[in-house]
Amino acid sequence: MLMPEPDSAVLARRPQLVDALKRLIDPAGVIADSIALRAYENDGLTAYRQPPMIAVLPKDTAEVAAILRFCHQEGVKVVPRGSGTSLSGGALPLADGILLGLGKFNRILEIDYDNRCAVVQPGVPNLAISHAVAGRGFYYAPDPSSQIACSIGGNVAENSGGVHCLKYGLTTNNLLGLEIVLMTGEVLRIGGKHLDANGYDLMGILTGSEGLLGVVTEVTVRLLRKPETARALLAGFPSSEAAGQCVADVIAAGIIPAGMEMMDRPATHAVEDFVHAGYPMEAEALLIVELDGPEVEVDHLLSQVCAIAEANGATSQRVSSSEEERLLLWAGRKAAFPAIGRISPDYYCMDGTIPRSKLPQVLARMEELSLRYGLRVANVFHAGDGNLHPLIMYDANKPGELEAAESFGADILCLCVEVGGVLTGEHGVGVEKRDLMPQMFNDLDLNQQMRLKCAFDDKQLLNPGKVFPVLRRCAELGAMHIHRGQLPRPDLPHF
Amino acid sequence: MTNEISPTSAADLADAVCGALRDKAPLQIVGQGSKAGWGRPDQAMRRLSLARLSGIRSYEAAELVMTAGAGTLMSDIEPVLAAKNQQIAFEPADWGPLWGKPAGQGTIGGVLSCNLSGPRRFQAGAARDHFLGFTAVNGRGEVYKAGGPVVKNVTGYDLPKLLAGSFGTLSVLTDVTVKVLPRPEKQRSVLLFGQDPETANRAMTMALGSTHDISGACYLPMDLARRSHVDLIRNANKAVTALRIEGAGPSVEHRCTALRRMFGDAATEELHSMRSLAFWREIRDVATFMPDQETALWRLSVPPASGAVIAGRLASALPGCSWFLDWGGGLLWIAVPPVADIGAEKIRQSLVADGGHATLLRGPEVLRRSVPIIEPGALSQLLRRVKQAFDPAGILNPGRLSADW
Repeated sequence: MLMPEPDSAVLARRPQLVDALKRLIDPAGVIADSIALRAYENDGLTAYRQPPMIAVLPKDTAEVAAILRFCHQEGVKVVPRGSGTSLSGGALPLADGILLGLGKFNRILEIDYDNRCAVVQPGVPNLAISHAVAGRGFYYAPDPSSQIACSIGGNVAENSGGVHCLKYGLTTNNLLGLEIVLMTGEVLRIGGKHLDANGYDLMGILTGSEGLLGVVTEVTVRLLRKPETARALLAGFPSSEAAGQCVADVIAAGIIPAGMEMMDRPATHAVEDFVHAGYPMEAEALLIVELDGPEVEVDHLLSQVCAIAEANGATSQRVSSSEEERLLLWAGRKAAFPAIGRISPDYYCMDGTIPRSKLPQVLARMEELSLRYGLRVANVFHAGDGNLHPLIMYDANKPGELEAAESFGADILCLCVEVGGVLTGEHGVGVEKRDLMPQMFNDLDLNQQMRLKCAFDDKQLLNPGKVFPVLRRCAELGAMHIHRGQLPRPDLPHF
Repeated sequence: MTNEISPTSAADLADAVCGALRDKAPLQIVGQGSKAGWGRPDQAMRRLSLARLSGIRSYEAAELVMTAGAGTLMSDIEPVLAAKNQQIAFEPADWGPLWGKPAGQGTIGGVLSCNLSGPRRFQAGAARDHFLGFTAVNGRGEVYKAGGPVVKNVTGYDLPKLLAGSFGTLSVLTDVTVKVLPRPEKQRSVLLFGQDPETANRAMTMALGSTHDISGACYLPMDLARRSHVDLIRNANKAVTALRIEGAGPSVEHRCTALRRMFGDAATEELHSMRSLAFWREIRDVATFMPDQETALWRLSVPPASGAVIAGRLASALPGCSWFLDWGGGLLWIAVPPVADIGAEKIRQSLVADGGHATLLRGPEVLRRSVPIIEPGALSQLLRRVKQAFDPAGILNPGRLSADW
């Protein structure tokens, strides 16, 4: 993966930059020691490593603003980082860049039950919000699998999802307000405790912008009341077609379950050997369907879902009868990644979304690719919304296997786009899928996105080298070629 | 040369934008013009109609997505979805009648461009939350696309969010993809009569903080309740607080019972299916309650627990006004009799303490010119740069959203 060429002039000024930063913020928050910097050299995408030039750990918004203003003046690149759990390399440092860690922003500032929202700092872990409000029966809905560690600020940057987002939405659907700092150091407040934007939806565009537009320093999230009860059905199917049809029939029956997850046979076997949840080993595809709400509703809908599963040839069905059993049914799915880690030295997790009807076709093609690359693959799938997570197993110590795994992964994502899907459903583009962006977007599409970037960051200093395969200067992007009468299609008659 | 251009393809539309660029002739972009009375009056020289960019391009009920031309009438889309027991969940309003226009003229492009969402907003999200992808022409005359054709996608910037609510000032939409969802099998509304505004606001806060998954919560003072065409509301001769519950049959019955138990004697009546449907359509479309074309009509988005307090403050500051609350207190509709600045200053002042924003929907043209549709304050420089990133020459709906651009 090629990152932007480090600027040797900036690298040469490293000692002066360290001194200046130590004068700008609390010196304890400036890390320049090469051993200490190693702690930041990668995020959840462990295949790529690069220690930053300097790391800074500001303690408040004023320090963030001071750092960004300084870096803007000095032309120094900045990479923001939350908990470093990104699976797409969103927080991968730059050799000539400053890593801006938001770990000290770890306080819940306000819980407002009447307006059903919480104001939190960006370094607060996702799950900590739900824990803080659980006593009153509330929770924060988006639940990425890494929720014990991942920060809410990182969730905003990546627009994180989770297994419940079919019913409850992604991060973007669960935010009310943000405080952000632009690369110039300007602090802006967007939204609040009310709904909808006054003017352009800046919160909508910042969410999922992968740290390229601004640094989030405060987040107001929506709180929901926890449903009275939740129960899960575990059903085994003889084929992925049958399981896929079951999912389609559930939705056609007007039911939007809280979660609807599928696993293929290799994934089922890996997790059963690991957690012993009692998963049916003979099934080609396994479905977990969770319903939540009042008990009477859950019972009513579960009986419909069971009948649909039956009609689609389910070979086994098990409905949780207690909270312990529900958690056990989920335990396997939630442990899918470590379970694969147990049977393979390394694995590479992909994240495409496809129209659900294309699942059998995509799985068949994936099997062909698996044979061709000589690498095993297991699939977990957010079946309700078509978000596929193939886990490619490889051994980084065997020469060429990492490259083969990356190439296999790229083929899978291209396949997702080819069948009418997208490159990433929830993990982000980052550095990982950056060079695949032209599979989905042409130059005009990408130029328009980069022009938006320029509106926020005119010198392109914030997290460069992520998302966009080719960096173009803002002046070049902003040039209006129609000046001097040169229209894109001057030969055509107008009106 | 005609004053109105009505392209039939994205390429034709791009040519029209290029022509406008060449001639420095700004464009007024319209679907059916149902909301032309909203916002600053147009300064544009040419009208660009999307009426012929219409029709459903694809609809995959099992995938929960639908793609249509931006000029497709909502009234053409809704029955197609209903045939598969689905709907657009954010409950897009039909506001034409607010400006004295016929009902049923709104287009999907217009609904998204204005980020219109109805009473279900706080539960199901706004238009922006259901807008998945689009093809559009930017102010450079380039056809481009963003978002995607599936319900879960984080590839690239989420430009559909930005275009939702941009009033056609960033790009001209040609095709849009939206998320569709199952229609609830059943709905009922629990009514609480005769509450004063602050008691009603507390009741709504309590209901929305319960496990009963409320999908509509509004409060009508008595004078407005009497304008309803729904008999149980009109004939009550009292203020009405309404709480809607939707979903599967047994669940709706269970939650209604639980809700009535929560409010004891205060909950005396229920609206069932057709009445409930008709009532929430009135709340959604507003015109029944705010029929007087002479009044200026404001829409305030506020912290939901503060709705009644803000309403009370404004009612005493603006004699003769009438108002009601939706979104559990988070949406305040207020109609102000013709006064010098149509209440602009007092209304925007009222939001300083609690946060929120006010939009002028209807008012005399001369005043609409002086009252910007948005008041972005500290964000205005950034909004201007965003506008320039899409439309550097300022030819798309100039002046509609802001006097400066």
